Amino acid sequence: MTDPVAASHNRHGKWPRIWRAFRKHKGAMIGGGILMFIILGVLLGDLLWATDPQALDIRNKNMRPLYTLLWDTDAKVGWAHPLGTDSLGRDALANLIVGGRTSLAVGAVAMCIALLVGTTVGILAGLFRWLDGPLMRLTDLVLALPILPLLLLVATLFRAPLRAQFGPEAGMFVLIVTVIGLTSWMQTARIVRSEILHLKEQDFILAARSIGTRPFALIWRHLLPNTLSPILVSATLGLATAIITESALSFLGFGFPPDFPTWGKMLADSVQRMDQYPERVILPGAAISLTVLSVNYLGDGLRDAFDPRSHRRSRN
Amino acid sequence: MKLSSTLLSLGTVCFFASTATAERGSDGHVKILFWQAPSTLNPFQSGGAKDNEAASLVLEPLGRYDPNGALVPYLAQHIPTVANGGVANDLTSITWTLKPDLMWSDGTPVTSEDVKFSADYCMHPDAGCSQLAKFDGVETVEIIDAYTVKVNFAAPRPNPYGPFMGGQSPILQKAQFQDCLGARAIECVAQNFAPIGTGPFTVKEFRPNDVISFEANPNYRDATKPAFETLTLKGGGDATAAGRAVLETGEFDYAWNLQLAPDVLAKMADVGIGKPIAAFGTTVERLEMNLTDPNPDLDKNIRATREAPHPFLTDMNVRKALSMAIDRSLLVEIGYGPTGRPTCNLVPGPAYYASDNTACLTQDIAGANRLLDAAGWVRGTDGVRTKDGQRLSILFQTSTNNVRQEFQALIKHWWNELGVETELRNINASIYFGADANSPDTFQKFYADVAMHANNYDGTDPQTYLAMYRCGNEPKPSRQWQGENINRFCDPAYDTLIDTLSQTSDLETRYDLAKRMNDMLTKDSYVVVPLIDRGRVSAHANSLGGVLMNSWDSELWNIADWHRIE
Repeated sequence: MTDPVAASHNRHGKWPRIWRAFRKHKGAMIGGGILMFIILGVLLGDLLWATDPQALDIRNKNMRPLYTLLWDTDAKVGWAHPLGTDSLGRDALANLIVGGRTSLAVGAVAMCIALLVGTTVGILAGLFRWLDGPLMRLTDLVLALPILPLLLLVATLFRAPLRAQFGPEAGMFVLIVTVIGLTSWMQTARIVRSEILHLKEQDFILAARSIGTRPFALIWRHLLPNTLSPILVSATLGLATAIITESALSFLGFGFPPDFPTWGKMLADSVQRMDQYPERVILPGAAISLTVLSVNYLGDGLRDAFDPRSHRRSRN
Repeated sequence: MKLSSTLLSLGTVCFFASTATAERGSDGHVKILFWQAPSTLNPFQSGGAKDNEAASLVLEPLGRYDPNGALVPYLAQHIPTVANGGVANDLTSITWTLKPDLMWSDGTPVTSEDVKFSADYCMHPDAGCSQLAKFDGVETVEIIDAYTVKVNFAAPRPNPYGPFMGGQSPILQKAQFQDCLGARAIECVAQNFAPIGTGPFTVKEFRPNDVISFEANPNYRDATKPAFETLTLKGGGDATAAGRAVLETGEFDYAWNLQLAPDVLAKMADVGIGKPIAAFGTTVERLEMNLTDPNPDLDKNIRATREAPHPFLTDMNVRKALSMAIDRSLLVEIGYGPTGRPTCNLVPGPAYYASDNTACLTQDIAGANRLLDAAGWVRGTDGVRTKDGQRLSILFQTSTNNVRQEFQALIKHWWNELGVETELRNINASIYFGADANSPDTFQKFYADVAMHANNYDGTDPQTYLAMYRCGNEPKPSRQWQGENINRFCDPAYDTLIDTLSQTSDLETRYDLAKRMNDMLTKDSYVVVPLIDRGRVSAHANSLGGVLMNSWDSELWNIADWHRIE
């Protein structure tokens, strides 16, 4: 009887082995590459493409992306705006770059908050019987809360103080990530709890306990590594949900100021003229989908890499 | 200008009259599409404009409003005024005289009994009449003779044209409805679905919330009208489908109320078989300047009340410069197309109430900059103007709506060129217009420096609308933040004019007073900065002639004159 994680733990070094396993996962490598590209693109893109995303250029409004030329040689296009402009002449590429920065930041931070809360609640509830009832009822309670009225309330109560503290944009950022994070940890908590309940009965945990491992070490060294795969899966889903929720909030007017682009808001603003200018929906939509998809694949690959069982299979 | 347009419209009417075929029913069938289906043909029981418009094919009032908002006699011989003795000098009564020899569509004569009955029907305490407001202040309706009725008011009424005027207050046939008084009004389904009227058409078949078939009224007072033998009014669908049916596929001749984005509508109109028509009423999209300080650090009983004057919007030069920087034509082009037109007036119509205030229509950013320079607002190192340590930094809020957010972006852009810093905010419409005294985000609370939204008034008389800006009528904590004077405007001279207006009956004087009050709020003070006069849009096939879009009465007000053109 061996502890499946602990056995392959020390001699070769854990991380090189995980990296080797990860590299074998094609989807994860491609996903990681795309995600890297997107992150670098939104972070450094404005160094290459220095157009001001908020600059209005009414004469060049409603321009189409360059690729429209492939099927419509009369389309209104121009090299100054390779992905076209919106109805006020704002450059689509610059907006995608700047908007992506916000969307990714919101998604990542909100996801981290949700993961942190969800995992903590899940582990505590799974491990300690006396905490299980109260914590799971709390989870049910938060699950049952209607999100939108809650958001209205939170926005009403905290918008002014946060705005005074951090300024209109940063204040809204804090508000949005907190609200999204604190309303989307419940799935993670439930999944982690069920995984812990299952692991708790396994022999290696019994063994670890019998040699007197303290609860914290038990969690850190034995339980957490083995619950990594469901946590990673819910992390990828959480990132996607956070980006989408942010766009819904912006759409309702509780999000960022209207002149502060995010992918979600670009999408919501363009729905009306979807049939005339499909690219205005497709471009931010594709950006969101690609991000979410690549994070999903990345998570998939990471889970496989972390999971020693799938390892052994791949080694055989 | 005004004379020439009157002459022009007279000319148009003559033209239509001469081209219209001189025989009733010679133009066959006409098809009208209402994307909200009518559910009754009795305006007194109606749920809204769709019912009143459909009913106007059959039922007629004593007088209607024409597209300019002027009063036109229908069943009455003429419009009663103080000058012709129809309205009492003390403004407590109005006397209407019916045209002689009027017939209901069943061949019986129309008499003053029917007029009085219509008032009794609506004013019955158990009737739940939807148009009761039209009879506001009416004490009695007396029959003078078979063709004359006198409406007595409890108090002097400078605008006595509530009862029996316009599509919402038609005349019902007493013989048909006399058993339908009071609580039984709603039970008279047969009558409500097929009222006997005096209008150009009669009901052949009514299928509620679906289709109504009409036939030409054989007893209509003009023997040559209507030009159409039969009429179908189809209900249901949505505005987009209705627009397509008239402008793209030609299945229908007329589509009502097309609330569509301008480019969507323009694309449909490009097909070339029909055209959208707009009529302008009283809805004005405007910027509201807050004359009080919305600073969140202030005590909540003082914040945004007149006890805390605004730090810089109280400077008229700033308000004027903000208005001068705006290119209203561009806003119309982007947001409304043919359904909007630039305006500088709070009261954009009816024409005789509209001030000739057009100075704001030309954008003048250089001039606005000079104005701010002269007023002592100096640009700082960050480009934002300051004076005595006060930065020109504006929080600009509106409701969440695509068009409004585009407007915000444009206006921010222009204000930046003035050296004014703008922070934009948009608020969910149901909260912004929700009037909840506990929410900080309502338009009444006005916790912002500038707000953008639209407002309008009902009918053709702006008295109550202008009276909203009375000093003391502003939202404030002691009134649970209710009130219409949301700019917190306060001018004793203006209040005096409100009182004068409410005691004046002479129409010319009323027009002048209303224009002066409009100017005091707009071009003299820039407290209200009007942007766009928003209209209502319908569409008709190119083969349909005689359509005169009307926003003051039923759109089908002159259906008797509609005809087929090649």
